[in-house]
Amino acid sequence: MNGLRTEARVAMAIARKDAVAELRGRHATVSTLFFAAVVLLLFGFALGPDARRLAEAAPGLLWLAIVFAGILAVNRLHLLETDDAALEQLALYPVARRAIYAGKALGGFAVMLVLGVVVLGAVGILFAVDIASAWLPLLSTVILGAMGIAAVGTFYAGVTVRMRAREVMLPLLVLPVLAPLLLGAVRATAAALAGDPFGELGAWLQLLVAFDLIMLMAGAATYGFLLED
Amino acid sequence: MKTRILGFVALAAVVSAAIVGLFVVPPDLNQGDAQRIMYPHVASAWLAYLSFGVTAVGGVLWLWRRDLRFDAVALSGAEIGVMFTAFAIWGGMMWGRPVWGVFWQWEDPRLTTTALLLALYVGYLLLRRLTEDPERRATRAAIVGLVAAIDIPIVHFSVEWWRGLHQTATIASPERALDPAAPMVFVGTLMGTLAAFSLAWLYLMIRRYELARAELAREEEARRGRLRAVQAAAANLRSQEEAAR
Repeated sequence: MNGLRTEARVAMAIARKDAVAELRGRHATVSTLFFAAVVLLLFGFALGPDARRLAEAAPGLLWLAIVFAGILAVNRLHLLETDDAALEQLALYPVARRAIYAGKALGGFAVMLVLGVVVLGAVGILFAVDIASAWLPLLSTVILGAMGIAAVGTFYAGVTVRMRAREVMLPLLVLPVLAPLLLGAVRATAAALAGDPFGELGAWLQLLVAFDLIMLMAGAATYGFLLED
Repeated sequence: MKTRILGFVALAAVVSAAIVGLFVVPPDLNQGDAQRIMYPHVASAWLAYLSFGVTAVGGVLWLWRRDLRFDAVALSGAEIGVMFTAFAIWGGMMWGRPVWGVFWQWEDPRLTTTALLLALYVGYLLLRRLTEDPERRATRAAIVGLVAAIDIPIVHFSVEWWRGLHQTATIASPERALDPAAPMVFVGTLMGTLAAFSLAWLYLMIRRYELARAELAREEEARRGRLRAVQAAAANLRSQEEAAR
């Protein structure tokens, strides 16, 4: 039990380090938020100007924007660690590797959450969807989606961080893995916006919870091997 | 020599399976000749899953025992699996066009899952190409292959759900082609094709494994060669300096 508490403290410390670096430098949030906004605008051009069609497509567009911007964000968070061999330093600390993974994923989750909430608001304004009346299920979906993207993204950023052509490889590896998350999050958002007429919202949220848990466990179990190489 | 005999046997088996599937077995009552695609299609889909299973197991064994031979097995599985997956998708599309009326059917969970499967393992192979150090490559590939294998059931489950909660028109589904009531000739032909394809799979796996081992040996040789060249250059420099002194 004591060991677990130490690990949680280590994870929190790493997450706090990332959060402080992010608050001071804003490497991940500002550029990725702007990127998400541009993506949303381009979606509007691609599918608009029919307002009804845009509102219908809104859940899908929301999550595509979050996923694309999220990949950039987790990549930036891992790039922080390549400066001055910081990741090697981190790997040398006598702490469990899964605590390091948890810390990085937690930092990524915080960034993803900010990103998700802002993009959700932007979708509400740009595509004229009523997000206020279903805020609780929408927020739950964003939280679960952010967690999943952070879990998978952190893990794959660890795989690609020291690779050539990492900018191409990271999305190539992450996007197919995130397919179930995208599916669940889009369906949950659509159900929440429609007032859940078929009572399917809970099922989709459960799918997201299962996805998050499985991917967090897989990441925690294997991240150590990545730090070794 | 044994592998070569296996190769010839596999070739003969695949050719005879093709002859039986194309000319001997009667066409299906509903689907006509298009149903003949099902024999190689199902066989390759099955072998694709087997290959990716081999890749996952090979990866885990590498992480556990740190023997690059397991990594060579994992690589062989992924590459041959990608080939069989692509073949299965291609066959499915050729079958879908006359039976469903479209090449691509978004409501079929298997089709969409298989397409993602292809993307996952093409990513795996690209990852391998972009990492030079053999041990690093083996570790990264093992982990990515493992997570891909974990992802497959989630993908399949979510896509099935996606279709299930969206009650839409039910279209003749592929499982009907092989329900227990199907005449024994069809089942027998499918099993025969599967056996023939499995022989071909085994032959390809062995050959790819041998190739992977040879590639590794060559990489190792090249590294040793570079090391010797550097050492020789250093010795040369030293003797020149001493001569100058």
